[in-house]
Amino acid sequence: MANVTNNRPLSPHLQIYRFIPTMAMSIVHRITGAALYFGTLLVAAWLIAAASGEEHFNQVNWLFGSIIGQIVLLGYTWALLHHLLGGLRHIMWDLGYGFEKEFSTKLAKGNLIASIVLTVVVWAIVLIIR
Amino acid sequence: MDMRTPLGKVRGLGSAKSGTEHFWRVRTTSIALVPLLLFYIVFLILYGGRPYPEVVSALSNPFVATINGLTVIASIVHMRLGMEEVIQDYIHNEVTKMALLILNAFFSLLVGGLCLFAVLKIAFAG
Repeated sequence: MANVTNNRPLSPHLQIYRFIPTMAMSIVHRITGAALYFGTLLVAAWLIAAASGEEHFNQVNWLFGSIIGQIVLLGYTWALLHHLLGGLRHIMWDLGYGFEKEFSTKLAKGNLIASIVLTVVVWAIVLIIR
Repeated sequence: MDMRTPLGKVRGLGSAKSGTEHFWRVRTTSIALVPLLLFYIVFLILYGGRPYPEVVSALSNPFVATINGLTVIASIVHMRLGMEEVIQDYIHNEVTKMALLILNAFFSLLVGGLCLFAVLKIAFAG
Protein backbone atom coordinates (compact mmCIF):
# COMPACT_ATOMS: atom_id res chain seq x y z
CA MET A 1 0.00 0.00 0.00
CA ALA A 2 3.03 2.28 0.30
CA ASN A 3 2.89 3.58 -3.27
CA VAL A 4 -0.79 4.29 -3.49
CA THR A 5 -0.44 8.07 -3.23
CA ASN A 6 2.55 8.15 -5.58
CA ASN A 7 0.73 6.26 -8.33
CA ARG A 8 -2.39 8.34 -8.36
CA PRO A 9 -3.08 10.00 -11.72
CA LEU A 10 -2.22 13.70 -11.80
CA SER A 11 -4.41 16.34 -13.35
CA PRO A 12 -2.57 18.23 -16.11
CA HIS A 13 -0.64 21.18 -14.76
CA LEU A 14 -0.36 24.74 -16.11
CA GLN A 15 2.29 24.09 -18.78
CA ILE A 16 -0.04 21.65 -20.58
CA TYR A 17 -2.46 24.41 -21.54
CA ARG A 18 -1.91 26.99 -24.23
CA PHE A 19 -1.07 30.32 -22.58
CA ILE A 20 -3.99 32.70 -23.17
CA PRO A 21 -4.57 36.40 -22.32
CA THR A 22 -6.87 35.75 -19.34
CA MET A 23 -4.22 33.49 -17.78
CA ALA A 24 -1.51 36.08 -18.39
CA MET A 25 -3.57 38.89 -16.84
CA SER A 26 -4.48 36.65 -13.91
CA ILE A 27 -0.87 36.13 -12.90
CA VAL A 28 0.05 39.74 -13.73
CA HIS A 29 -2.74 40.83 -11.35
CA ARG A 30 -1.09 38.81 -8.60
CA ILE A 31 2.44 40.01 -9.46
CA THR A 32 1.38 43.67 -9.55
CA GLY A 33 -0.41 43.13 -6.23
CA ALA A 34 2.77 41.76 -4.67
CA ALA A 35 4.78 44.63 -6.16
CA LEU A 36 2.32 47.16 -4.74
CA TYR A 37 2.65 45.45 -1.35
CA PHE A 38 6.32 46.39 -1.22
CA GLY A 39 5.64 49.64 -3.08
CA THR A 40 3.78 50.93 -0.01
CA LEU A 41 7.28 51.38 1.46
CA LEU A 42 7.76 54.21 -1.08
CA VAL A 43 4.54 55.91 0.05
CA ALA A 44 5.57 55.38 3.68
CA ALA A 45 9.01 56.89 2.99
CA TRP A 46 7.44 59.95 1.35
CA LEU A 47 4.88 60.51 4.13
CA ILE A 48 7.36 59.91 6.97
CA ALA A 49 9.88 62.25 5.32
CA ALA A 50 7.17 64.92 4.97
CA ALA A 51 6.41 64.48 8.68
CA SER A 52 10.10 64.57 9.71
CA GLY A 53 11.08 67.95 8.33
CA GLU A 54 12.42 69.69 5.28
CA GLU A 55 15.87 68.07 5.24
CA HIS A 56 14.57 64.49 5.18
CA PHE A 57 11.85 65.41 2.72
CA ASN A 58 14.40 66.88 0.30
CA GLN A 59 16.52 63.72 0.51
CA VAL A 60 13.55 61.48 -0.36
CA ASN A 61 12.44 63.89 -3.07
CA TRP A 62 15.93 63.80 -4.55
CA LEU A 63 15.87 59.99 -4.52
CA PHE A 64 12.47 59.85 -6.22
CA GLY A 65 13.63 62.48 -8.73
CA SER A 66 16.74 60.51 -9.75
CA ILE A 67 16.64 58.39 -12.90
CA ILE A 68 16.31 55.12 -10.95
CA GLY A 69 13.65 56.68 -8.72
CA GLN A 70 11.67 57.87 -11.74
CA ILE A 71 11.84 54.41 -13.37
CA VAL A 72 10.62 52.79 -10.14
CA LEU A 73 7.78 55.33 -9.84
CA LEU A 74 6.83 54.78 -13.49
CA GLY A 75 6.65 51.04 -12.77
CA TYR A 76 4.67 51.73 -9.60
CA THR A 77 2.16 53.84 -11.54
CA TRP A 78 1.67 51.07 -14.09
CA ALA A 79 1.37 48.33 -11.42
CA LEU A 80 -1.21 50.37 -9.51
CA LEU A 81 -3.32 51.13 -12.60
CA HIS A 82 -3.10 47.56 -13.86
CA HIS A 83 -4.11 46.13 -10.47
CA LEU A 84 -6.91 48.70 -10.14
CA LEU A 85 -8.36 47.80 -13.56
CA GLY A 86 -7.90 44.09 -12.80
CA GLY A 87 -9.78 44.62 -9.55
CA LEU A 88 -12.70 46.14 -11.48
CA ARG A 89 -12.79 42.99 -13.64
CA HIS A 90 -12.91 40.90 -10.49
CA ILE A 91 -15.83 42.92 -9.11
CA MET A 92 -17.66 42.36 -12.40
CA TRP A 93 -17.06 38.60 -12.16
CA ASP A 94 -18.09 38.57 -8.48
CA LEU A 95 -21.41 40.09 -9.56
CA GLY A 96 -21.79 37.25 -12.06
CA TYR A 97 -21.10 39.07 -15.34
CA GLY A 98 -18.49 38.85 -18.08
CA PHE A 99 -17.61 35.15 -18.14
CA GLU A 100 -18.16 34.74 -21.92
CA LYS A 101 -15.01 33.43 -23.62
CA GLU A 102 -14.56 36.12 -26.28
CA PHE A 103 -15.57 38.95 -23.97
CA SER A 104 -13.25 37.98 -21.11
CA THR A 105 -10.34 37.58 -23.56
CA LYS A 106 -11.06 41.03 -25.01
CA LEU A 107 -11.23 42.47 -21.52
CA ALA A 108 -7.92 40.84 -20.52
CA LYS A 109 -6.20 42.46 -23.52
CA GLY A 110 -8.05 45.72 -22.81
CA ASN A 111 -6.79 45.65 -19.23
CA LEU A 112 -3.16 45.58 -20.38
CA ILE A 113 -3.64 48.23 -23.08
CA ALA A 114 -5.66 50.54 -20.82
CA SER A 115 -3.12 50.27 -18.00
CA ILE A 116 -0.29 51.29 -20.34
CA VAL A 117 -2.32 54.11 -21.93
CA LEU A 118 -3.37 55.48 -18.51
CA THR A 119 0.21 55.30 -17.23
CA VAL A 120 1.36 57.35 -20.23
CA VAL A 121 -1.51 59.83 -19.67
CA VAL A 122 -0.66 60.27 -15.97
CA TRP A 123 3.04 60.86 -16.68
CA ALA A 124 2.26 63.13 -19.64
CA ILE A 125 0.12 65.31 -17.37
CA VAL A 126 2.91 65.36 -14.75
CA LEU A 127 5.49 66.40 -17.36
CA ILE A 128 3.19 69.05 -18.88
CA ILE A 129 2.25 70.78 -15.61
CA ARG A 130 5.83 70.77 -14.25
CA MET B 1 -29.25 16.16 1.39
CA ASP B 2 -28.02 18.84 3.73
CA MET B 3 -26.06 17.52 6.70
CA ARG B 4 -25.58 20.88 8.40
CA THR B 5 -27.24 21.67 11.72
CA PRO B 6 -29.79 24.51 11.81
CA LEU B 7 -27.42 26.54 14.00
CA GLY B 8 -24.54 25.95 11.56
CA LYS B 9 -26.75 27.12 8.70
CA VAL B 10 -27.74 30.30 10.52
CA ARG B 11 -24.15 31.12 11.43
CA GLY B 12 -23.00 30.41 7.88
CA LEU B 13 -19.35 30.10 8.93
CA GLY B 14 -18.55 26.73 7.34
CA SER B 15 -15.77 24.36 8.39
CA ALA B 16 -13.09 27.07 8.51
CA LYS B 17 -15.21 28.91 11.12
CA SER B 18 -14.63 32.26 9.46
CA GLY B 19 -17.18 32.08 6.64
CA THR B 20 -16.67 34.53 3.78
CA GLU B 21 -14.95 37.11 6.01
CA HIS B 22 -11.64 37.07 4.07
CA PHE B 23 -13.32 37.27 0.65
CA TRP B 24 -15.71 39.99 1.84
CA ARG B 25 -12.98 42.18 3.33
CA VAL B 26 -10.84 41.95 0.20
CA ARG B 27 -13.87 43.10 -1.85
CA THR B 28 -15.03 45.91 0.45
CA THR B 29 -11.51 47.34 0.75
CA SER B 30 -11.02 47.07 -3.02
CA ILE B 31 -14.27 48.96 -3.69
CA ALA B 32 -13.22 51.64 -1.17
CA LEU B 33 -9.78 51.89 -2.76
CA VAL B 34 -11.09 52.72 -6.25
CA PRO B 35 -12.22 56.32 -5.46
CA LEU B 36 -9.55 56.76 -2.75
CA LEU B 37 -6.71 55.88 -5.12
CA LEU B 38 -8.14 57.98 -7.94
CA PHE B 39 -8.00 60.93 -5.53
CA TYR B 40 -4.49 59.91 -4.47
CA ILE B 41 -3.25 59.71 -8.07
CA VAL B 42 -4.58 63.21 -8.82
CA PHE B 43 -3.04 64.47 -5.56
CA LEU B 44 0.36 62.99 -6.46
CA ILE B 45 0.15 64.38 -10.01
CA LEU B 46 -0.29 67.83 -8.44
CA TYR B 47 2.12 67.55 -5.49
CA GLY B 48 4.67 64.82 -6.26
CA GLY B 49 8.12 66.43 -6.51
CA ARG B 50 6.88 69.81 -5.20
CA PRO B 51 8.83 71.69 -2.52
CA TYR B 52 8.41 70.85 1.18
CA PRO B 53 6.22 73.78 2.40
CA GLU B 54 3.75 73.30 -0.47
CA VAL B 55 3.40 69.54 0.13
CA VAL B 56 3.07 69.84 3.91
CA SER B 57 0.43 72.56 3.68
CA ALA B 58 -1.54 70.42 1.18
CA LEU B 59 -1.22 67.30 3.37
CA SER B 60 -2.36 69.20 6.48
CA ASN B 61 -5.64 70.17 4.83
CA PRO B 62 -8.31 68.29 6.88
CA PHE B 63 -10.00 66.83 3.81
CA VAL B 64 -6.72 65.59 2.31
CA ALA B 65 -5.62 64.21 5.70
CA THR B 66 -8.89 62.30 6.10
CA ILE B 67 -8.67 60.80 2.60
CA ASN B 68 -5.01 60.03 3.25
CA GLY B 69 -5.79 58.20 6.50
CA LEU B 70 -8.64 56.22 4.96
CA THR B 71 -6.45 55.25 1.99
CA VAL B 72 -3.73 54.01 4.34
CA ILE B 73 -6.20 51.93 6.39
CA ALA B 74 -7.97 50.39 3.36
CA SER B 75 -4.60 49.73 1.68
CA ILE B 76 -2.94 47.89 4.56
CA VAL B 77 -6.02 45.72 5.19
CA HIS B 78 -6.23 44.91 1.47
CA MET B 79 -2.52 44.21 1.04
CA ARG B 80 -2.33 42.05 4.15
CA LEU B 81 -5.26 39.89 2.98
CA GLY B 82 -3.87 39.70 -0.56
CA MET B 83 -0.43 38.59 0.60
CA GLU B 84 -2.07 36.09 2.96
CA GLU B 85 -3.74 34.48 -0.06
CA VAL B 86 -0.45 34.35 -1.98
CA ILE B 87 1.40 32.77 0.98
CA GLN B 88 -1.34 30.19 1.53
CA ASP B 89 -1.34 29.33 -2.19
CA TYR B 90 2.39 28.81 -2.66
CA ILE B 91 3.93 27.88 0.71
CA HIS B 92 3.11 24.33 1.76
CA ASN B 93 5.56 23.85 4.63
CA GLU B 94 3.51 24.51 7.75
CA VAL B 95 6.27 26.23 9.77
CA THR B 96 7.39 28.49 6.90
CA LYS B 97 3.78 29.33 6.13
CA MET B 98 3.00 30.34 9.74
CA ALA B 99 6.22 32.37 9.97
CA LEU B 100 5.41 34.23 6.71
CA LEU B 101 1.80 34.87 7.75
CA ILE B 102 3.02 36.42 11.01
CA LEU B 103 5.70 38.45 9.18
CA ASN B 104 3.01 39.60 6.76
CA ALA B 105 0.82 40.79 9.63
CA PHE B 106 3.74 42.59 11.30
CA PHE B 107 4.93 44.21 8.07
CA SER B 108 1.44 45.46 7.16
CA LEU B 109 0.75 46.84 10.62
CA LEU B 110 4.19 48.46 10.83
CA VAL B 111 3.89 50.19 7.45
CA GLY B 112 0.29 51.17 8.19
CA GLY B 113 1.16 52.46 11.66
CA LEU B 114 4.07 54.54 10.38
CA CYS B 115 1.98 56.02 7.54
CA LEU B 116 -0.93 56.86 9.86
CA PHE B 117 1.40 58.46 12.39
CA ALA B 118 2.97 60.56 9.63
CA VAL B 119 -0.45 61.57 8.24
CA LEU B 120 -1.71 62.60 11.70
CA LYS B 121 1.50 64.40 12.66
CA ILE B 122 1.37 66.50 9.48
CA ALA B 123 -2.34 67.18 9.99
CA PHE B 124 -2.01 68.28 13.64
CA ALA B 125 1.55 69.57 13.96
CA GLY B 126 2.63 70.37 10.40
